[in-house]
Parts: sequence; C-alpha cells; structure tokens
Amino acid sequence: MFADYSWPELGAIFAMQGFAGLILFSVFVLMALGLAIIFGQMGVINMAHGEFMILGAYVTYLVSNLFADYMPALFSGYFFLAMVLAFLASGALGLLVEWGMIRHLYKRPLDTLLATWGLSLILQQIYRSVFGAREVGVSIPDWMMGSLPITDLIEVPINGIFVMILAVSISLGVYALMFKSNWGRQVRAINQNRVMAGAVGINTEWTDRLTFGIGCGVAGVAGSAFTMIGSTGPTAGQLYIVDTFLVVVFGGAASLLGTLASAFSISQAQSIMEFFLSGSMAKVLTLLVVVGILMIRPQGLFAMKLRK
Amino acid sequence: MSERFILSVESLEVSFDGFKAVNDLSFYVEPNECRVIIGPNGAGKTTVLDLICGRTKATSGSVKFKDKELLSMREDQIVHAGVGRKFQTPSVYEDLTVSENLELSYPKGHGVFGALMFQRDDPVKARINEIAETIFLDDQLDEKAAFLSHGQKQWLEIGMLLIQDPELLMLDEPVAGMSVAERKKTAELLNRIIQDRSVIVIEHDMGFVADIATRVTVMHQGQTLSEGSMERVQNDPKVIEVYLGH
Amino acid sequence: MTLSSFMSRKDLIGFAILAAVIFLILPSILDSFRLNLFGKYLTYAFVAVGLALCWGAGGILSLGQGVFFGLGGYCMAMFLKLEASTPENTSIQSTPGIPDFMDWNQLTELPVWWQPFYSLTFAMFAVVAVPVVFAFIIGFAMFTRRVGGVYFAIITQAFAAILTILIIGQQGYTGGVNGITDLRTLLGWDIRTDEAKTTLYFVNGALLFVVLFIAQYVRKSKLGRLLIAMRDQEDRVRFSGYNVANFKIFIFCLGAAFAGIGGAMFTLQVGFMSPTLVGIVPSIEMVIFCAVGGRLSILGAVYGALLVNWAKTTFSEAFPELWLLGLGGLFIAVVMFFPNGLAGVWSEKIEPRLLAMLGKPKTHDAKAGATSPAGAPAE
Repeated sequence: MFADYSWPELGAIFAMQGFAGLILFSVFVLMALGLAIIFGQMGVINMAHGEFMILGAYVTYLVSNLFADYMPALFSGYFFLAMVLAFLASGALGLLVEWGMIRHLYKRPLDTLLATWGLSLILQQIYRSVFGAREVGVSIPDWMMGSLPITDLIEVPINGIFVMILAVSISLGVYALMFKSNWGRQVRAINQNRVMAGAVGINTEWTDRLTFGIGCGVAGVAGSAFTMIGSTGPTAGQLYIVDTFLVVVFGGAASLLGTLASAFSISQAQSIMEFFLSGSMAKVLTLLVVVGILMIRPQGLFAMKLRK
Repeated sequence: MSERFILSVESLEVSFDGFKAVNDLSFYVEPNECRVIIGPNGAGKTTVLDLICGRTKATSGSVKFKDKELLSMREDQIVHAGVGRKFQTPSVYEDLTVSENLELSYPKGHGVFGALMFQRDDPVKARINEIAETIFLDDQLDEKAAFLSHGQKQWLEIGMLLIQDPELLMLDEPVAGMSVAERKKTAELLNRIIQDRSVIVIEHDMGFVADIATRVTVMHQGQTLSEGSMERVQNDPKVIEVYLGH
Repeated sequence: MTLSSFMSRKDLIGFAILAAVIFLILPSILDSFRLNLFGKYLTYAFVAVGLALCWGAGGILSLGQGVFFGLGGYCMAMFLKLEASTPENTSIQSTPGIPDFMDWNQLTELPVWWQPFYSLTFAMFAVVAVPVVFAFIIGFAMFTRRVGGVYFAIITQAFAAILTILIIGQQGYTGGVNGITDLRTLLGWDIRTDEAKTTLYFVNGALLFVVLFIAQYVRKSKLGRLLIAMRDQEDRVRFSGYNVANFKIFIFCLGAAFAGIGGAMFTLQVGFMSPTLVGIVPSIEMVIFCAVGGRLSILGAVYGALLVNWAKTTFSEAFPELWLLGLGGLFIAVVMFFPNGLAGVWSEKIEPRLLAMLGKPKTHDAKAGATSPAGAPAE
C-alpha cells in the first residue's frame, strides 16, 4: 500500500488528505459545536440537528439564487448574508421547536431522542415537498473557486480554507459567548443547579430556549459551509448525524475543547484512511475505533474534567 | 487488632474538586457495639457512610470489615460481605408492594439465573412475615410502598436491611421526620435489632442517641473531634465549642 | 412459579385474544397476499417484544436492534442461499456452486466462514448465537462501566451504521446493497409458493407465542421485578445486593436473541435479507413499533408492530408524503401524549370505563411500573 509512493509523494498525500481532512474537520466542528451546546450544556439530544443544518443549506441556496437573479453584481458577497440568514432561520426554528416540544421533555432524554427523530422525519418530508426530492447545487462565487498551490505537490482548495476560517471564528465566538458573556454564565449556572439558578432570578425558560436556538443557529451556519463540499438534499442531514454525535460524545460532551480535539482526530483519521482503503472501510474502521475507545473509556477520550 | 474490631477505618480521605469532605479519618468499631456519629451539618457524616458502603469512591485510606478491604469492592459485594446501609431519605421501591420490597432484599436469588428461578416458597414467605411484624408493617404487606407514610417507609427500609441479616448495620438519621410516637417505636425496634449485630447510626436527636449509644464519635470538618461515651463527649469542651460557638 | 403467578386471568384473556386475532381472525379476512404481509409484520413483532423487555422493563433503549435482526436474518439467508446455489442451479456461472453475487464479484470459491452454513443445525444455532454474542460484547463493555441512557443509545446507533456500511461495502461476501436474494427452498421445501407463505405465517405466529411465553416468564419472575426496580432506581438496587450490570447484559442479550429469531423468520417469510433492515432507520422504526403498542406491555408491542406496519404499507402506497409526516408525528405524539402506547391508553383510560360500565370494581393492580399519570414514566 504505502510502498507504491515515494517519500515526498507520501508526504504530499498525507498533507492533501490532511487538508481534505481539515475541511471535514471544519464541518464536524460546526455541526458538533451546535450539538455540544445543546447536548453538553442542556443534556438534550436533538436527532433533528442534521435537518437544522440542511435548513441553513437551503437558505444559502435560496439566497444564492436571489442574488444571481436580481443582484448579480453583488453575487460575490452573497455568502456572508446567506450565513447570517441561515443562522437566523435555523435559530428561529430552534426557538419554535424548543417552545413547542423540547421544554416538555427535559427530564426525559431518551424520549427527547425519539421525539426529535420524529421531528427530523417531518422536516425531511417538508424539505422534499418544498424544494423537491432531488439535490440542489449551490453556485459558489468566483473568488471561492479553485485552489491555492502551496508547494509543487500540494494544492489547497480555497473554499476549504474559507470553511476552516469560518469554523475557527465560530468556535472562538461560541467560546466567548459561553465563558465571557452573561448568557453563557446563566447557561452554566442552570447546568449546575437549575433550581438555585431559578431562585437567584435567572429566567431558566428563556435561557433554555435561547440556548437551543443558538445551538440550532450554529447548525444553520454549518449548513451554509456544507453547501461547499456537498450537495443539498432533503436527506443530506442524515449523512453526518451519527458522526456528529460520536464526535460530541467522544470529546466528552461537557467540554468545548474536547469537542474540537475529538472532531479533529476523527476527521483526520477518516480522511487519511480514505486514501488507502476504500471509502466504506475507512468509515467503518474509524467508527469502530471511536466506538471501541468509547467502550473502554465511556467518558470520552478528551474529557477534561473527571468527576468521582 | 483485626479480631478486636469488626470495622477498622484508617486514614480515610475523600476530596471533591479539592475540597476534603473527609480528612484523614480513623475510627474503630467493636463487635456488637452501637456507635453513634454526631456532628454539625457538613461535618462529613453521611459521606463516611457513603465511602464505607461504596456509594462514593475514596481518594485514599482503608476500610476493613472483618479483614476484608471494602474500598476495592463493588456496592453489591459489600452488601454480601455483611454491611447494610439505610439512606437518609427513605429509598424504597415505590411501585412495588411492601412484601415485594422485602422479597427483593431477601438474600437469595441474587444472580441472573437465581432471580429467574426464584420461588416465593414457604421459607421466604415466613421470613417476610417475620420481618414485616418486626417493622410494624404486617398489615400492610400488599400495600404499594408509595402509599406508606414517611415513618412507615423508614421502617420498610430498615426491614429491607434486616432481611439481609447484616453483621454491620449503618443507619443515616433513622428517625428524621418521624412523629414522637413513631420515634418511640423506632427506638424500640432499633434496641431489639442492635442485640445481634454492630450498628453505626448518624443522628441529631440527643435524647435518642443517649438511649441507644454504646459509644459516640463526634465529627467536625471531616475529622474526628471527640470519641467516647455519651457523657464524656457531651462534657468535652471542644465539642461544646463546635456546637455552640459557631 | 405457580400457574397463577405466571399468568393472571387478565393476562390469560390478553393472550387468548391475541391468539384469536393471529390464528383465527386475520387468516379468515385476509387473502394470501396480505396474509403474507402480516407474516412479515409478525417477524417485526419479535423485535418489539424484545424491546418491551429491554427498554420498557429494563430502561435500556437500543437504537440498534436492526443489527441483531439483520445478523439472524443473514445467518438464515446464508443457509438458504447455499441451498439454492447448487452446481445445477448455477451452471451458467463462471464458478458454479457458489452464490451468484460472489460470482459477479469474481470470487472463485466459497469463503471459509460461509462453509458452516451448509448445515441447517448450524444456521439455526447461529441465528440465536451470533446476535447474542454481539450483544454480550457490547453489553459487557458498556454496562460494567455503567454506561447507559443516551450514550448507550447513540453507541448502538453507531453499530447499526457500522454494520450497514460493512455489509454494503463487502459486496462479494455479503451481497452488498441488494442483500442476499433469490432464495428458493428450505431443505427442499419451496418457500416461494403461496401455500408455503401461508404456512410460514402460522409458524411465525406459533414461534411468536413461544417467545411471548418466555417474555411473560421473565416479566413475572423476580428478575422481571428487578428490571423495573433497576430502571427506576438503579443505585438502590446495587445496595440491595445486586450486580446491576449482569442483569442489563442478560436482558439486552435476550432482546437480541428475539430480534435474531425475528430476522431469520423474516428471511423465510419474505425470501431475502438486505442491509435496509439493519441500519439506523429500520432500527429506530422497530422502537416505534414497541412505543406505539406500549413499551410496558409485551402483548401491546405485538399489536404495535402489526398496526404500524399495516399503516405503513397502506399509507405509503396511497399517500407517500403523508406517511413520513405521519410517522414523524407518531413519534412525537407517542412520546408527548401517550408514552405507554396503546396498551397504556387501554389500561388507563378504556379499561377502567369498561369495568365501570360493567359494574365491576376497579382492580388495585400493582401494575409493574406503570405510573398512572400518562406523562411521566421513567426512562
């Protein structure tokens, strides 16, 4: 397997697979961040998370078409507006879902799992009816196309770099929110002692709602990013949901840093293996290793705090 | 040393995120003794019981029960070794009847196949009835535990322990929340069951303590403050300061 | 246990009604085509009953029952495929005597691990053993480390994904995404005829009742009561002297065994086995069969499997879009409004009114675990 390539070639392969892995990493990060906020901080399992992401992707698609039809001059900038709208759309849907369904199920995580699965089926069907069963492609502005040659053998796709920058900035943003803002403090307070948090005047209802909304909003932005590496269809959200959950669990759900580390290792492992094994075996092996490690160390590989 | 004591706690320590709830604690319980642990709230009394029965993992130290090191055993193994623990808030199986609660605690059929094959035959029924009488619940055998009064639930939990016939019984505030009449009955009950075993009790009601204690250990901030007979401890200036000074 | 503790009069009536429905009513009102469909639904009921024990009584939600269903199904499919791939039947292949999909994938001989499946005894043994061994490994790793609840559910889901990808990726050995098809005879008996399918319907029904009796025994034994105690107060049970992990492993393996049998019967009834029955989506559908029927009731689970699948076939033909919306809505409705399923609605709403109308006093039933407010069951 490895013997077919010379050393510089192997290096280049690892590097390019590494970059491909970095793009995968970025998507994982964006999806996992939203999920980690919701699951890690609130203990809620949202099996419809992928569908919130796809909503963002569809919004991006709509915005790109809008600009292409009515404001072609501004087309190169549409993406930033699309991301903002994606955040708002998914976030708003998240607020609605929290109000209508999630808040009744807080003490019952397994039931939340099932109910949100039902929601995902409904959303998939709605997407199918509104946007059609076929996948839609999103046109990328010119400046995002093509690749940057770094060395003779290594080329990095520009949209990949963009997605990575996005992932990093959103991670920083979420980190700042969680640990520096008032809201973040309230969420952590509720997480540690809901009753007391309520007693000191924190509006637990609205904090929960906002948290869920923000988690879904981040998923919406992930959906925007996703349009650059995959095509958008009603069932595309299902593609990554298991991976995303594993990333969150593997990273030790309560830790944002753990989530990042976990997303990185899993995406890199899969990407590098993909080059040498068939796509499906690489996936199987990665999943098996992750699950295997989880079976031995259930708190996740990167759990920062070890209780009891 | 080990034959003299049924329970040897040595240098027991547990810390939660840096806070030492139990700090280098040592005490020794003799067979057939009734040791009462008293102390202000937050002294670590319940934590000590948690550590002994395996509910919480100790950071260091040793707990030897009849020469067996309990700290390395699982909760159910500790129960089988002969240590029974009653919790502060009554934890009975609310959805099951009194007799089903007792039956679950019956010391037979604890493995998977034992549980599958378990028959409620005459010896089992007899023992359940016997225990039910001891704990004043012989008329409530078919009553769901959820419908018992607070005091009755405490008795049921004591019954669930008794039926296991432990050599060391640990009770955490057994009369908390009970009426005066119930307390009297409970004191009676405890005096009876103490006869054949060693008991550790955590309590606040000093009258009750004086009634049943062989020796008293006073805990404060995770350590032993004073130890001895009730009188000795009551007159110990350190104890007085801790209870009245703060 | 005594006969009366094994089955109360109420249970007996329930079993009798189900028997009447399966063995008398359905066969008399359905044509052979639809009876065959119900035979298929019955195979799903095996999984649902297993979940009623594992999840309803034990509180262990497995989103990967498709794995066990599939493993059992594939074991049976392998036996049947080998029987159908005699050198005479496969004479046009480049390598006669091996299954067609192996030939298409340029395999020239039967892989070693397929060999034992020439024997029906081995295959039948494998149908139960393979899922149970898997369940044991997963259960042991997770339950001894006290991993449960949501984490456990996600990991079972991951296994469903892993097995599906593996099966699809290894086309040459497993038939890939199409599965193992074109099964013909079981020891010479043609399973494709209408008569055969009708016979299989009754065999399924009978086998289901065997499984139901086992489940009933488990429920009524001390182990059954323990499961419920563990579901609601796991820590307390440890202090009553029980190694909780062992019990969880046992019930998880039992659920896997039931699912494996169901899978094998599915292969016989329908005539093929494919990865579409193994993955995440079918696994979570199996959970909804149990949830709709009533996770606390083994009979309810059977009705749930029959009903939901009947609805699925009926609606997805006529109104495919509506079906997915309906299924999604069903998940949400069951969880939020009737968590104990139809069986719960029956025992909490309909039965008391029925008894009141008939003038009989309400039975003060120590119903295993069914807390009365239909909105707050334990996980």
